[in-house]
Amino acid sequence: MKVKSLADLRKIKDEVHEKIKLREQSENAEQIVQIKVAMATCGIASGAKEIMSYIIDELDYSGIDGVVTQTGCMGYCYAEPTIEVKLPGKAPVVYGFVTKGKAKEIIERYIIKGELVDGVIPVTYRTIDE
Amino acid sequence: MHILVCGGTGCRASQAELISENLKTEIENRGLENEIKVVSTGCFGFCEKGPVVKVVPDDTFYTEVRPSDAKDIIEEHVIKGRPLKRLLYKNPKNENKVTSTAHIDFYKKQVRIALRNCGFIDPENVDEYIGRDGYAALGKILAEKSPEEVIAIIKDSELRGRGGGGFPTGLKWEITRNVENKEKYVVCNADEGDPGAFMDRSILEGDPHSVIEAMAICGFCIGADKGLVYIRAEYPLAIERLKIAIKQAREYGLLGDNILESGFKFDIELRYGAGAFFSGEETALIHSMEGFRGEPTFKPPFPSVSGYKGKPTNVNNVETFANIPVIINKGAEWFNAIGSEKSKGTKVFALAGKVNNVGLIEVPMGITLREIIFDIGGGIRGGKKFKAVQTGGPSGGCLTEKDLDIPIDYDNLIKAGSMMGSGGMIVLDEDDCMVSIAKFYLEFTLDESCGKCTPCRIGNKRLFEILEKITEGKGTEEDLERLRLLSNVIKDTSLCGLGQTSPNPILSTLDNFYDEYKAHVVDGKCPAGQCKSLLKYEIDSEACTGCTLCFRNCPVGAISGERKSPHYIDQSLCIKCGVCYDKCKFKAINIV
Repeated sequence: MKVKSLADLRKIKDEVHEKIKLREQSENAEQIVQIKVAMATCGIASGAKEIMSYIIDELDYSGIDGVVTQTGCMGYCYAEPTIEVKLPGKAPVVYGFVTKGKAKEIIERYIIKGELVDGVIPVTYRTIDE
Repeated sequence: MHILVCGGTGCRASQAELISENLKTEIENRGLENEIKVVSTGCFGFCEKGPVVKVVPDDTFYTEVRPSDAKDIIEEHVIKGRPLKRLLYKNPKNENKVTSTAHIDFYKKQVRIALRNCGFIDPENVDEYIGRDGYAALGKILAEKSPEEVIAIIKDSELRGRGGGGFPTGLKWEITRNVENKEKYVVCNADEGDPGAFMDRSILEGDPHSVIEAMAICGFCIGADKGLVYIRAEYPLAIERLKIAIKQAREYGLLGDNILESGFKFDIELRYGAGAFFSGEETALIHSMEGFRGEPTFKPPFPSVSGYKGKPTNVNNVETFANIPVIINKGAEWFNAIGSEKSKGTKVFALAGKVNNVGLIEVPMGITLREIIFDIGGGIRGGKKFKAVQTGGPSGGCLTEKDLDIPIDYDNLIKAGSMMGSGGMIVLDEDDCMVSIAKFYLEFTLDESCGKCTPCRIGNKRLFEILEKITEGKGTEEDLERLRLLSNVIKDTSLCGLGQTSPNPILSTLDNFYDEYKAHVVDGKCPAGQCKSLLKYEIDSEACTGCTLCFRNCPVGAISGERKSPHYIDQSLCIKCGVCYDKCKFKAINIV
């Protein structure tokens, strides 16, 4: 597909936003979870790849409808691997030092029951939109 | 309801764990454990006012909480539903109490501009980049602006080169534009090589499209249709993501002929560096791309006039490029409202060394080292004492306690005897020996010197030998003078930036830590206990029980003695490995 003009770009932008909105407002909204795994060199070196495939398997196993994607360095290199979990209608939460055990705890307690678990990393920066 | 208790190292040192426990006990006493959860978190970056406790969803932020405050927090905040006033953060300007994190001025010290998409989008999906205003800047300028207008925006933004030089980016673009030539090049310098630095790698791995978009914008401005990214081969993931991004951009028609139907043509190719630190210098980088040795040549002519294949070439660093699309989207005024008087915007630093929160940070220019190290970095690891921070890599210098409160920008760092550099920031504590640190950086330059000019090739070798002599305890006071003299000669006579700056770590440690050098040569001691040759392990015959543990573990058989009577170390055999010191259960081994 060729993008031919600024208007086309805006269309793609709107579509991306629409997609995210749709995800959040779909019928089984409470079950759609978005997880981002920080997969820069620092994350991968600390085992982010294994954690990512583990999370995909676990979500599958637990029958949770979720989207797991990779992303770049979140900046918390001291706490790798780091993941960001976005439950529908809630602000994203970043967890650090995610081992398989921690990932399981996050799925069982945070994703399923909505309880925060230890290891939350507070957002310490402002974005360009603020 | 959730009560978040900071579990960062700084707050834990002030009993944050006990606060959590007390909160949990109070909650259980009232049978509220199903409604309220206590959660420990990572560092809030507010260590100065720690331990901190945050209550969500109402976003109340308590500072300097003590374990005994747990009861009041539960009674006031949870049961009665009103914030506990005495623990709220006080605005230092007007003494007003601040209830939520959103209103704390100094709370979020980082501003992410170059890293805006890192950790936010999937770097391998161009749609996600477009969804965050990606390629909107390119689209906008192709449809609405002339190259001159865009250059004017970049000039007004006062963006300066983030590779370390700090040259005004807009001016560089203008110079390249004004050179008449049909063939011009845009080069992205991704040959990041300072020890401990990984800013550019993270940007390319997390947000490759931002660099591609900015290079196309630069091409439009200077009149180039070809871009080259010079990236080190040691960055395989960054290369892979760049390749994917370039492919996607071509498929979308955002690179190639007739971009966005504007008639503008631009494409990008990759060139790999073979790992020479020196090739990050722009003239050496260009020679390396042309297939020659990565050696520098004299400037002028600057690459803007005669660069790649003798054509006008605009070389910018990865981070510089990553700032460009935002500046165009948000305007020059938005950008230059951030930062200090002479340095605008933000700087990405790779914060490493002896701090608790090692990581990639982006801070507005003008922030102090104290804020970076003690708030964002969470202070020194293990509660040790701060000694120095090294910035600017092997060309930079050390900043000490006295420099902690100067606002960081290009000019102030140079005034303080160091430099901004590309953004490596290594924090040192009381256990680091400054002579060894200087030696470490010199060893690096020595390894990376291209050998073309004598002062750098031979002079640095001699400097290294003197430093080695000092760390081995064979140095004299004359050596310190010789170090300074030779350093200055190398600075004055080397051909390029590498040699001209290679003695900086020595000069700056000599200036700031002369006593430490003196201790090595006069007293034969290393105050930090790092220089092995200057250490001596001795057994305290009164504390020694004759358990033979040290005797059995010594790898060179330097320890002798009868069972149940004091042992003895033969200094001529001892290799100072420290095994006996680690093994002894009676603290009978002393380092002298």
